[in-house]
Amino acid sequence: MELFFSQILDGLSIGSVLLLAATGLAIVFGLMGVINLAHGEFMMLGAYVTYVVQSAFKPMGGVIFELYFPISLICAFIVTGLIGVLLERTLIRQLYGRPLETLLATWGVSLILIQLIRSISTAMMLGIIVAVVVGFFLTRLLRAKFSQRPFFTYLNGMGWALSIGIGLIAVNLFDQIRPLSKAWFGPRNIDVTAPKWLQGSWGMIGTIELPGLRIFIILLSALLLLATYWFLNKSVWGLRIRSVTQNRQMSNCLGIPTDRVDSITFGIGSGLAGVAGCAITLLGSVGPNLGAAYIVSCFMVIVLGGVGNLLGTVLAALLLGIIQSVIGSGTLLTIFPDLPDAARGVIEFFATTSMSLVLVFIFIIVFLQFRPNGMFPQKGRSVDA
Amino acid sequence: MAISETTLKEVEEMAIKEINDAGGVKVGGKSYKIVAITEDGASDWPTFAEKSQKLIDSDKVAVVFGGWTSASRKAMLPVYESKNHILFYPIQYEGQECSKNIFYTGAVPNQQAEPAVQWLMDKFSDKLGKKVYLVGSDYVYPRTANTIIKEQMKALGGETVGEDYIPLGNTEVAPIIAKIKKAFPDGGIIINTLNGDSNVALFKQFKASGIDPAKYPIMSFSIAEEEIRQIGPEYTTGTYAAWNFFMSLDTPASKKFTEDFQKMYGADRVTGDPAESAYNMVYLWKNAVEKAGTFEDLDKVRTDMIGITFAAPQGEIKMFPNHHTSERVLIGEAEPTGQFKILYDSVKAIPPIPWNQFVPETKGFTCDWTLDRPDAGKFKM
Repeated sequence: MELFFSQILDGLSIGSVLLLAATGLAIVFGLMGVINLAHGEFMMLGAYVTYVVQSAFKPMGGVIFELYFPISLICAFIVTGLIGVLLERTLIRQLYGRPLETLLATWGVSLILIQLIRSISTAMMLGIIVAVVVGFFLTRLLRAKFSQRPFFTYLNGMGWALSIGIGLIAVNLFDQIRPLSKAWFGPRNIDVTAPKWLQGSWGMIGTIELPGLRIFIILLSALLLLATYWFLNKSVWGLRIRSVTQNRQMSNCLGIPTDRVDSITFGIGSGLAGVAGCAITLLGSVGPNLGAAYIVSCFMVIVLGGVGNLLGTVLAALLLGIIQSVIGSGTLLTIFPDLPDAARGVIEFFATTSMSLVLVFIFIIVFLQFRPNGMFPQKGRSVDA
Repeated sequence: MAISETTLKEVEEMAIKEINDAGGVKVGGKSYKIVAITEDGASDWPTFAEKSQKLIDSDKVAVVFGGWTSASRKAMLPVYESKNHILFYPIQYEGQECSKNIFYTGAVPNQQAEPAVQWLMDKFSDKLGKKVYLVGSDYVYPRTANTIIKEQMKALGGETVGEDYIPLGNTEVAPIIAKIKKAFPDGGIIINTLNGDSNVALFKQFKASGIDPAKYPIMSFSIAEEEIRQIGPEYTTGTYAAWNFFMSLDTPASKKFTEDFQKMYGADRVTGDPAESAYNMVYLWKNAVEKAGTFEDLDKVRTDMIGITFAAPQGEIKMFPNHHTSERVLIGEAEPTGQFKILYDSVKAIPPIPWNQFVPETKGFTCDWTLDRPDAGKFKM
């Protein structure tokens, strides 16, 4: 019994991390059909927001520092959500209905974000601001003068190219000033320290240790899931999002601002990724490549659960978590101690972290042979839309 | 991996600058300044080989310093052997290799892992028994190092109760924690050969699950001062590491090395074993070239390299006929400051044994490039 509970706890721990990471993607991929390969990088941004908040709280020390974590959760949601909205408005919007281009474009975005975090400095930030401001006014000016001419689109593009050039020159000029040229984060991993109350163990139930951060992550992912469920099913915007998912043209006819719905959906998906990134700082390292470790598992969870189904995502995440923990820790040997030697050998062979991941992949491949659309395939008209 | 390698590049540039400022390399009555050409291997093994080829063929360099993981060295090895050139490799590694064209300035297992295991047994086996649990990243160094440790444990009459590998970059260690607790309900010795990001996950999650260094002594072979800064000292305090150099080593040479480095790159930077090793190899090469009186005749440089000594930050080291250097062995305990308190010090440098003597396949084999025989890289003693 005790073993059963400790296994459930371990499985929940692994599964809840997967769930936390996948919830945002479930919304973006499931509801909008956008394959967002930059999802992992939004998590990375969330982790960096946590680092910034932590650095801001550090001088205050004492009890106030202990409270920085909930605040950074909120900040991470807001910042990554806004960046998500910005990305949707500028880029993703142009590519709806073209999945392959979206895939490539978001992959490009992920590379840009990784490099940006590595090399961003005050000088670079100022340069980007200069480029955007110049480009904005330049294209305005051009629009006012030449908007009727046939060559306007080319002129517009040249305007942006010119402003990027000016931005680059500005970056180089600002770089001459030493205090401005220091990179904010640099390519190294950064140290995010969990507050004291999350670091250790939260006591024992019987002989089972309750690791604080694991329990916290389980609670957090449950809370986020409930909030997402409530938002999608009970709030006005949630209803609009679902109606747009089901039938875009009809929703548009009925006066639902579909473009704003898209922005909000993408923003919330990104914001949830940010929160996941914030929580992940408790578990592992924080560096520019953080996202790459999670993106594959996120897609795995969603494909297994069935695209566009929150319940499927939850079950898939927990199932994968439990498989990984039961196989990876070799618990089967404890449950069935009298197995023949050959069977023992097989179980022991798979009872390492690497091999349990292999087994998880095999499981998913086999499962998808029988249910190609995941546990809960989408039904109805929206499938064909 | 590129993150950690940057420090090595900086230290090598520092050594080159020091040599140039002191008048350069003196060969045949003339002084030559060293010019460094930097290429990025981008953590991609074929790129390491390609760039090596470029440095040798089109840049016509006299020597190459570089490499980080064993995989990068294995990729470069054929290039240097076919072109009969010289590579210096700075990192502690698993041994079981002895190339005529590579000089290894990091530790082999008998200069790091073996003394560390011996020390753990001496210190903890009364209380915790002669049992170890091995955790490592899933690639050549941890797997080979653990093979050696398992053989050594057998020779010591001990037992390896578990062994687990995590794919590079993976951050989920919950199943490993469950296995360790099952193997050691009341505490036990853990040997950690993880590389890179997984270390952060390991230490953060160990702490949360109540795996306390007081009950579960952890010995790491890839955690230096730089890595502690990234993991956070509060997670590593009380764990052990074995190296050939610590920044806290209290000798004038060690202090000067750290001061010079901080003066050049910032007072918040730290030095450590891999950096020291990278610094040493530049000077070893310089001393050999000055002795040989040429930097162009690579065969002569290689021959004269053997027996070359250098007063390194750790103390005097010497290049042996097997192309590895002797190293001082230190074991330290991580402190809340992010530095190590040195608990064991071999003081004198330990000679290198590249072909491991605990592993049955290589027992009795040795390597000596001063001998004129075709199998000088690996022959039965």
